[in-house]
Amino acid sequence: MKRWLAVYAVAFYAFLHLPLLTLAAFSFNASRFTVWDHFSFVWYRAVFHDPQILEATWNSVVIAVWATAISTVVGTLCAYGLWKRGSRLLTGGLYLSLVTPEIVTGIALLALFQWAFRWLHWQLGIYTVILAHVAFSISYVVIVVSARLRTIGPTLEEAAMDLGANEWQAFLRVTLPALVPGIIAAALLALTVSFDDYVITSMVAGVDSETLPMVVYAMARRGASPVINAISALVTLFFGILILISEKVREA
Amino acid sequence: MKLRRWFLFPAWLWMALLFFAPFVIVLAYSFLTRGPYGGVWGPWTLENYQRLFDPLYLTILMRSFAMAAAATALCLLFAFPAALFIVRATRHRNLYLQLVMLPFWTSFLVRTYAWMFLLRDTGLINTALEAAGIIHDPLPLLYNNGAVLLGLVYGYLPFMVLPIYATLERLDPSLMEAAADLGARPMAAILRVIVPLAKPGILAGSVLVFIPCLGAYLTPDLLGGGRTVLVGNLVQNQFTGARDWPFGSAVSITLMALVTVLLWVLLRRESEPLV
Repeated sequence: MKRWLAVYAVAFYAFLHLPLLTLAAFSFNASRFTVWDHFSFVWYRAVFHDPQILEATWNSVVIAVWATAISTVVGTLCAYGLWKRGSRLLTGGLYLSLVTPEIVTGIALLALFQWAFRWLHWQLGIYTVILAHVAFSISYVVIVVSARLRTIGPTLEEAAMDLGANEWQAFLRVTLPALVPGIIAAALLALTVSFDDYVITSMVAGVDSETLPMVVYAMARRGASPVINAISALVTLFFGILILISEKVREA
Repeated sequence: MKLRRWFLFPAWLWMALLFFAPFVIVLAYSFLTRGPYGGVWGPWTLENYQRLFDPLYLTILMRSFAMAAAATALCLLFAFPAALFIVRATRHRNLYLQLVMLPFWTSFLVRTYAWMFLLRDTGLINTALEAAGIIHDPLPLLYNNGAVLLGLVYGYLPFMVLPIYATLERLDPSLMEAAADLGARPMAAILRVIVPLAKPGILAGSVLVFIPCLGAYLTPDLLGGGRTVLVGNLVQNQFTGARDWPFGSAVSITLMALVTVLLWVLLRRESEPLV
């Protein structure tokens, strides 16, 4: 039994990880066809010399940083507030926003923005993308921070209040420092979901706010290109390093 | 007490402006009529919902249901033994768990593209089979229902493994021994003792897989190549290509209603809250 499970596990993990590993391996292939030629960085050079890719990456970074900053603050405060005393309406809304199909979130936000533009003289652009990303990443932050709050428990804060701290002091000097690992994890999750999103972004983006996933999508639709393999490998590597660093920070 | 009110204020603002408001607008649009230039006009009507019963759209709805159900069943089939393996592992259990969660940190778009890279006519699988002399013409692996199903299973498999693992972890390891002592073979012990006890995890995982599969857009779009139209693609198409926002809204509201019911089923059973 045990041996069968182990054999199965090998197949299972291969299924889960081999597609991405082969994708990354072929980013180092000199040929543009899926036949191994020889090792080369030619597609990586192509990535760094393509102004469209570089501009889209910059847009993605700007959007992800803003969206992460806003949603981490709002989400952390919300998790703390709900932890103090629950609100069924807010919790229900959080759950619903998590399970709403991305395409529905996308069209609903598009409808909202178009409706608001009747009065505001704005247009779709980087601001609407940031707002949309904040809209869908707050729930992730709340869930991660809530999990951390539950492991901390209420006793620390009660002790602080017994020793004479007021609500603010207890929050700022006791609970918040203890929450830091959870907040880092939440921010990192918000950063990845924002950086990776294609579906919602494509609905609310304007002409000046093309993101990296939008470029990758357009290239994938046009056909095979090892440039996509190179971008995929770079993005995966970048987030891999980021997660490793955050693990180290949490341990420290 | 004052603190809490201030802390929840931004979240309420977010919920009202970026979740409830768009939802209300879409709900209102779903009862309106398409204007001559693709805008949204009066009068109020139920026509958009009636159109859903048109055989053309009914087929799309049924196809989405069937696809999501098939993906959920396959995920369950693949995930259960994997969860069992992780729970039984004496060493490196955390590593195995991390390896399941790893895909959460990689882009869904990239993971979907990986399958395009493998399955297309000039992709790795066809090239390798041709080089080995097994086939002469590329197999049509991409742009069909099978490719979409594969993409969905691949994309949402971790959502099934984690909740099943969570319930299995809480089971007493001696249960298997007890079943064996009473004469059950390992397979029988798993099917008749472990599986029934893992039901909460199986239910949670199934809902967590079924919901995103039902509203999937990117996977059918890229791996189905426009041939496999699911509800998600229908919504997107009504808002961009066809510019029939009222009908697209009606489809969205229907999808939301289905998802809400499923979520309610899950939360009613789930004892541990996430928030």
